[in-house]
Amino acid sequence: MTAMPAPPPARKQSALLATLNRNRLSWVGIGMLAVIFAVAIFAPLLSPHDPLQQNILHRLEPPSAEFWLGTDSYGRDVLSRLFHGARISLTIGFLAVLVAMIVGSTLGVLAGYIGGIFDQVVMGIVDVMLSFPTLLLGLMVAAMLGASLENLIIAIAITETAPFVRVARAPTIAMKRQDFVEAGRALGFSPGRIMGVHILPNILSDIVVVASLWMASAIRTEASLSFIGLGVSPPTPTWGGMIREGFENILSAWWLVVFPSLAILLTVLALNILGDALRDAIDPKLRGEE
Amino acid sequence: MIRYVIRRLLLAIPTLLAMLTMVFVLVRLVPGDAAVSMLGDQASEQALDALRARLGLDQPIHVQYLTFLGDMLRGDFGTSMSSGRSVLSEVWQVLPYTLELTAAAMVIGVLFGLPLGTFAALYRNRWPDYTTRLLSLTGLSFPGFVSGILMLLAFAVWLRWLPVMSSASSDPLTHMRNLALPALNLGLIMTAYITRVTRSSMLNVLGEDFIRTARAKGVRPGPLVMRHALRNALIPIVTVVGLYFGTLIGNSVLTEIVFTRPGLGKLILGALQSRDYTLLQGLMVIFAAFVILVNLLTDLIYAAVDPRVSYAK
Amino acid sequence: MTPVLDIKGLTTEFRVKNGWHAAVRGIDLSVNANETLAVVGESGSGKSVTALSTLRLLPQTGARISRGEVGFGGRDLTKLSEREMSRIRGNDIAMIFQEPMTSLNPTMTVGDQIAEGLLIHRGMSRTEAAKEARRLLDEVRVPDPARRVNDYPHQFSGGMRQRAMIAIALACRPKLLLADEPTTALDVTVQAQVLSLLDDLKRDRGMAIVFITHNLGVVAQIADRVAVMYAGEIVETATCDTLFADPVHPYTEALLKAMPRVDRKAESLEPIPGSVPSISARPAGCVYAPRCNYVQPSCAAHPSLVPVGGNHEARCPVRADKGEAA
Repeated sequence: MTAMPAPPPARKQSALLATLNRNRLSWVGIGMLAVIFAVAIFAPLLSPHDPLQQNILHRLEPPSAEFWLGTDSYGRDVLSRLFHGARISLTIGFLAVLVAMIVGSTLGVLAGYIGGIFDQVVMGIVDVMLSFPTLLLGLMVAAMLGASLENLIIAIAITETAPFVRVARAPTIAMKRQDFVEAGRALGFSPGRIMGVHILPNILSDIVVVASLWMASAIRTEASLSFIGLGVSPPTPTWGGMIREGFENILSAWWLVVFPSLAILLTVLALNILGDALRDAIDPKLRGEE
Repeated sequence: MIRYVIRRLLLAIPTLLAMLTMVFVLVRLVPGDAAVSMLGDQASEQALDALRARLGLDQPIHVQYLTFLGDMLRGDFGTSMSSGRSVLSEVWQVLPYTLELTAAAMVIGVLFGLPLGTFAALYRNRWPDYTTRLLSLTGLSFPGFVSGILMLLAFAVWLRWLPVMSSASSDPLTHMRNLALPALNLGLIMTAYITRVTRSSMLNVLGEDFIRTARAKGVRPGPLVMRHALRNALIPIVTVVGLYFGTLIGNSVLTEIVFTRPGLGKLILGALQSRDYTLLQGLMVIFAAFVILVNLLTDLIYAAVDPRVSYAK
Repeated sequence: MTPVLDIKGLTTEFRVKNGWHAAVRGIDLSVNANETLAVVGESGSGKSVTALSTLRLLPQTGARISRGEVGFGGRDLTKLSEREMSRIRGNDIAMIFQEPMTSLNPTMTVGDQIAEGLLIHRGMSRTEAAKEARRLLDEVRVPDPARRVNDYPHQFSGGMRQRAMIAIALACRPKLLLADEPTTALDVTVQAQVLSLLDDLKRDRGMAIVFITHNLGVVAQIADRVAVMYAGEIVETATCDTLFADPVHPYTEALLKAMPRVDRKAESLEPIPGSVPSISARPAGCVYAPRCNYVQPSCAAHPSLVPVGGNHEARCPVRADKGEAA
C-alpha cells in the first residue's frame, strides 16, 4: 500500500470570505479593529501631546480645541493617553490569548491524541479552571505575582487556557479515528508528525475563532484588573487605569471616564462581532459556548 | 431522582479537591517570601518568623498541603490578617448584600432576557432580530465596571434620580433605591446574556419536528411558543446560565466597587490593598465552592425541567 | 360523491439560492371518504411537500404555494388565513409524521399531548380530555393506557410512539388523515400492526387517508388507489390492483422491479440507477427521461397525464400508445 488517503482540504478562504460577506456586520467589526490597531501602532505619530507630560496649568480641562478629549487631574492630554493605552490593551490582550492558545491547544491535542489517564487528568484540571470565575482567578494570580505587564499576561493567559484545551481536544479525538490519520499511523509516521501535520491544520480554524472571542474577554479582564488597581503601574496609560484615576473626579470631570469607557467598549464589541461572525461561519456547533 | 442527586453530589467531590489544590498552589505562587510581602521589607526577623509559624510556612510542603485541606474541609477558612476575625464571619457579614445583588440581577435578566430572546428567534433574520442581537452583543461587551460607571454618570450625576453612593440602610425604600442602580447594571449584562442564549436555544427548538406536530394539531402561535417551545428551550438555557454564574460573580464584584456598595467585592478590594493573603485564599475557596454549588443546583434544575434526566439510571 | 380532499394544479416552490424552484408542480389529487390513497415515490419526489402544502405547514420563509387550489369542505385551503387554518388543523385534517422519535414533545406527557387537540377544538374540560386521551390510547392498542397516559415519550418504544402519534391525530375525529411515512421507522411486525390499525380506523370512522410512502409493499397492504410521484409530478395513478397488475409508466415499472416479492427470487431485484434530480436541476422535457430505458426523441417535450384505461392515467406517451395497442 503506497497511496494514502488525502487529508480533507483545510477550509477554503473563499468560503470564509463568503460568510463574512453574508454577515455585513462583520465588516464593521473588521473596520473598527483595523482603526484601533492602526491607532495603537501609530500612537506616537497620532498623539497631539506627550501622554506622560503633566501640566499644572491645564488640570481637569473639559474637551477643547487644544485638548480634544480634555485633560486629567495632572493636566495630561486624555486623547494621547487613550491612543497609547490602546497599545497596552491590545498587547496584553493579544499576547495573553496567544500564550493561552499555544499552551491550551497543545494540551488539548495531546490529551485527545494520547487519551487515557493523561486525558482524564488534563480534563479534570480544565473543568476546575472553568468553574472558577475568570476575573477572580485573574485577580488572584495578578495579586500573587505582583502587577507588571508580564504578570498580567500570565494571569490572563492562565484564566483563558482551559477553553482552548476543550476546543482542541474534541476534534482531535474525532480526527484520530479518520482514515488519513489511521493510515498515517499504519505507515509508521511519528505521533508528533501526525499531530503537527495532519491534525493541527484541520483544527486551526476552530482555534482561531475561539481566540478572537477570548481576546475580547482578555481585553475586558485587563481593563477590569487595571480598574481594581492590579494593572500595569502608573504613569503608563491603560484604559482601565485611566478610568480608575478618573473615577475619583467623576462628579466634575465626566470626560475622564466616558472616553476610556467607550474605547474599551468599542474594542471588545468589534472583537465580539468578528468572533461571532467567524463562529457562525466555521462551526454552528460552537454556538452557545462561551 | 434521589439516586441522581446522590450521584451528582459524589461527582462534585473530586472537583472540590482539585479546586482546593489549585488554590493552594496559587497562593504559593507569591514570589519570594509570603511573610515578607505581607509585613514589608522593614519587618523584624522575629515578626517574620512568628508569621511564618502562624501560617504554617515553616512546615514541609506536604504537611502544609494536608493541613490546608483538613482546615478547608472542616470549614475553617482561616483568620483575616488585617481584622483578626475569621474569614467565614467576614464573608457572612457581607454575603447577603452580594446575594441580594446577584439575585436581583438574575430576576431582571430572566424577566427581560427570555422574552427578548424569544422575540428575536421568532423574527429571525429580520430587523427585530438584528437589533436585539446587536444590543445583546453590546451588553456582553461591557466590562461590569464600565457599564456601571456610565450608568452612575447618567442616573446619579446627570439626572440625579438615584444616589451615587449606595450603603446599608434600615429603611426599605432607601434600601431599594440603593439597590436599584447596581442591580440594573448587573441585570442589563445578565439580560444581554440570557437574550442571546434564549435566541439560539429557541431557534433550535423551533426547528424541531414536535413543533410541527403541535402546529398540525392546531396549536396557535402563542401557546406554541409558551407551552411547547419555551419549556424545551429552557433546558439548555438553564445549563448555560448556570455556567455563566462565575462571570456574574466577577461582574458583581466590579459593580460593588463602582457603587461603593458593601459586599464581597469590597471585601476583596480591601484584602488586596492590605495584602491579606489568608483572607484572599479563604475568599477564593468560598467563591469556588459557591460556583460548584451553583453548578450542582443547575444540574438539579435541569433534571426538574427535563423529564428524560430524572428517569435515567 | 364529492371527494373529501380535492387538490387541483398545486405548485409549491422553494427558494434555492436566489431563485424559486418548484418542488411540486401542477399536482391533481383527490381522495374520498372511507378511501386510502397511497402516494408513492423515492425521497425527493415531492410526496411530503404535497401533504405539508395541504395543511400549510411548510416553513414560513423560503417556501410558497404559488399556484393551484386545495379543496376541502367546499373551501380552498390556500386562501384561508392562518387563524382559520389552525381551526382546521388537528380538527378536520390531521397529520402523522415520519419520525415518532422526534415528533413528540419530550417535556410533555403523552396524555397531555393527546388531550391538547381536544382542549383546543372540542372545548373539553381537562378531566374530560384526560379521560378521552386514555380511551384513545386504548383504541390505538397501547397496553395499560391508564398508566401510560402519564408517561413521557422517552418511556415509549418506537412502535408505541407511533401509536401515540396516531392517537393525537385521531383525537378530534378528523375527516382526513395525512400519514407521512408513518411506518418507515418501525420494524416489520410493528409496521404490520400499525397498518392494520389504520385500516380498521378508516373503516370504523369512514375517514379519508392519504398515505405517503416509498414502500410498495406497504401500498399493497393498505391502499385503495395509488398515485406515483416523480420529481414533483404525478406520473401515474390507478387503483391498487391495476397498478400492480398493469403498470404503464416506466418509473412505476422500475419501482415494482426494485420491490422484493415472495414470488420472485431476490437476484431478480433491479435497483433503479441514478437518483431523483434536485429541484433546481429538473430536465425540461419528461423528468424521468434521464433514467428511462424507453427514451424516444419525443420525450424531449414535456408530456401530460393522459388516460390509459378506466381510472388509470399515466404521463408517458411512449408507453401509453403501446398500452392502447396491446
